[in-house]
Amino acid sequence: MSDEKLLTLSSSPHIRDGSSVTSVMHTVVLALSPGAATGVYLFGLPALATIILAIASSVALEAWMQWVMGRKITIFDGSAILTGLLLAMNLPSSSPWWITVTGSAVAIIVGKHLYGGLGQNIFNPALVARVFLLISWPVQMTSFPAPSALLAKGVDAVSTATPLTNIKMELMSHKANIDITQLPQPSTFDLLLGVHGGSLGEVPIMALLIGGFYLLYKRIITWHIPISFIGAALAFSAIMWFVDPAKYANPVFHIMTGGLVLGAFFMATDYVTSPVTNKGMLIFGAGCGFLTIVIRLFGGYPEGVSFAILLMNLATPLIDKLVTPSRFGEAKANG
Amino acid sequence: MHLLKRKGFKGGVHPPDGKELSNAKAVVTLPVPEKVKIPLSQHIGAPAEPLVKVGDTVKKGQKIGEAQGYISVPIHASISGKVTALASFPHPAGKSLPSIQIESDGLDEWSGDVKENPNYKNLLPDEIKSIIQGAGIVGMGGAAFPTHVKLSPPANKKIDTLIINGAECEPYITADHRLMLEEPDRVIEGASIIARALSVSNILIGIEDNKPDAIRAMTDAAKNPPNSPLSKGGEVGISIKVVSLKVMYPQGGEKQLIKAVSGREVPSGGLPMDIGSVVHNVATAAAVYDAVRFGRPLIERIVTISGSGVNNPGNFKVRSGTSSLKLIEAAGGLKSDIGKVISGGPMMGTAQHTLDIPVTKGMSGLLFLPQNQVESFASQACIRCGRCVAVCPMGLLPNMLGIYAELDRFDQAEKANLMDCIECGSCAYVCPSKRPLVHLIRYAKADVMARRKKAA
Repeated sequence: MSDEKLLTLSSSPHIRDGSSVTSVMHTVVLALSPGAATGVYLFGLPALATIILAIASSVALEAWMQWVMGRKITIFDGSAILTGLLLAMNLPSSSPWWITVTGSAVAIIVGKHLYGGLGQNIFNPALVARVFLLISWPVQMTSFPAPSALLAKGVDAVSTATPLTNIKMELMSHKANIDITQLPQPSTFDLLLGVHGGSLGEVPIMALLIGGFYLLYKRIITWHIPISFIGAALAFSAIMWFVDPAKYANPVFHIMTGGLVLGAFFMATDYVTSPVTNKGMLIFGAGCGFLTIVIRLFGGYPEGVSFAILLMNLATPLIDKLVTPSRFGEAKANG
Repeated sequence: MHLLKRKGFKGGVHPPDGKELSNAKAVVTLPVPEKVKIPLSQHIGAPAEPLVKVGDTVKKGQKIGEAQGYISVPIHASISGKVTALASFPHPAGKSLPSIQIESDGLDEWSGDVKENPNYKNLLPDEIKSIIQGAGIVGMGGAAFPTHVKLSPPANKKIDTLIINGAECEPYITADHRLMLEEPDRVIEGASIIARALSVSNILIGIEDNKPDAIRAMTDAAKNPPNSPLSKGGEVGISIKVVSLKVMYPQGGEKQLIKAVSGREVPSGGLPMDIGSVVHNVATAAAVYDAVRFGRPLIERIVTISGSGVNNPGNFKVRSGTSSLKLIEAAGGLKSDIGKVISGGPMMGTAQHTLDIPVTKGMSGLLFLPQNQVESFASQACIRCGRCVAVCPMGLLPNMLGIYAELDRFDQAEKANLMDCIECGSCAYVCPSKRPLVHLIRYAKADVMARRKKAA
């Protein structure tokens, strides 16, 4: 008996599928990397500096915050890296360092830890930070350098408006005959590659889609949120475009501009702040898509993805309360 | 579309099944052990009371423990010899429980009570039920619920379908697979007898399609179902259909199986009999055949010994009460660094604290995991990924049940249909935060059950 080894006792199940929070976070970071890399390619070293600073400050602030609050330091679980990277993707490449660091502070401290840390926050931390920065420093947050001369054929790195801002300015110009179709806008091909003004990580649609499909393939996310988000935006903008194409841009343009693809695949799909059921996710995504277009077409801001997702984050507890899975054996007695 | 869709249920997971370790190994009958320790409780319900005392001589098949009440079964000697102890010994349920120790006389003689009945095909339903009750037969798929209770639905529940469970969805376990492959006739005969006891003529046998050889063997055996008189008179043929099921854990869960083979859903809080169905495991059916035809009580079963901690995994026919040490020996011994021993499969089985436990009626397998396969982790906060919700075969919200249990909010858990949980473990299996969801759910269930008991 003396040489009998101690056996482990625990509740079933005795096997696990090998997934972990860290592997989920790292997979999302990996999926964002084509978009981030394209952003750096388009906007150069300032974009790279913004990404590095956002990640480093997020991780440092998470460690500090956990230390202050007497919690376990979990900076290697990948979630702070992801928050930092997502924040950077939502910033202009030209953001001054203090904007980036303030953003990280708002995301990590206010957006995450004041709610109780990982899993407890109501709002997507990176979007809380982005909206905070946008409202506080609108000039810095809406000055977008044009993509590098290499790609934009002989244009210097000057400030440029986003395609959506172009439209909003035209609509607000009080001209006699507003016609947004006459505006000089990037070609569909340039929109796909991301060769136009915008946040450093939202413009490279193609690269973001590659990452998004990778997340679907790895089953980190399901199709429900991205498809309902894009589908609802497509449907609602198509209706409005049909009503008046001179005032409302075509649906494909809406999908390919602003932060819609980034939002649909990477921000709205944040586990913590989106519903847990498939049906709930469909409602959530559709709400995001619809609100995005409402804000873009009828709101004061040219872009509405961040606000739309935050508003739907707010609706998530309600959706989860009302939309529950169909329970096995629920009122189906047929004997 | 619907016809092309393979039969299954909503939710579920695909754990690596480990069945390749033992599914090609024919059942080996273990020699009669020199000693058995037969627990008086090998079933759900009241433990049996001993009928023998130390020093008594007993024969194989002799009743040595009397059932206590209706939801209970008698216990029989699995070898012939002498009773040498009535004491508590380690039991696969986790604690030490009263058992009867018998030392073999080496003769392995049947008791005089064990007699073949050549007219077994003419028995009436009530006669069959009483034989099954007397033979101490319980559900051999793992739950060990007394079989005769499931055969006696109240008069207002009309049963029209008998479902035989050959899904065997637990990873590693291949005992039922080998039984269906090697002795399909016993299973078919037993199923027919159960059908007669229930006065039903429709038998569906569900088998996961990762066992095509078993599906073939059972389909062939089912081609000549034994015609037999039913209770209400007249010769009625029994229809037996083998249904191939999608491989998906927990396909062998009673409710999931009924849904997959017949499309019916057991209502929440209800029983299969509420929708006209009764489910029995394939091994139970074979035991019923042995009891009704040959008069043999349930004293042996097939146990799968597997896991990468054992040298030579396999399937063994073994007497109840045999020490697991004998099985380990038969399976070529253990590798050096055993970290976990599980009675049953890795998804729903029970971890053991000792290598010496007795084989019981409900033990389908013993799994030996080396230290490096023992999961050990710190659980984290729920990140609301929703995977548990997607895989839950009962359509529950395991994430919320776990949180309620953690906060001792048992009322809320109960309202969130806590008691519907079948503890299959799919939720905990997929949880990236490694939350011990089944553990938490059991904790909450225990409180709810205690309160219900108090109120009753």
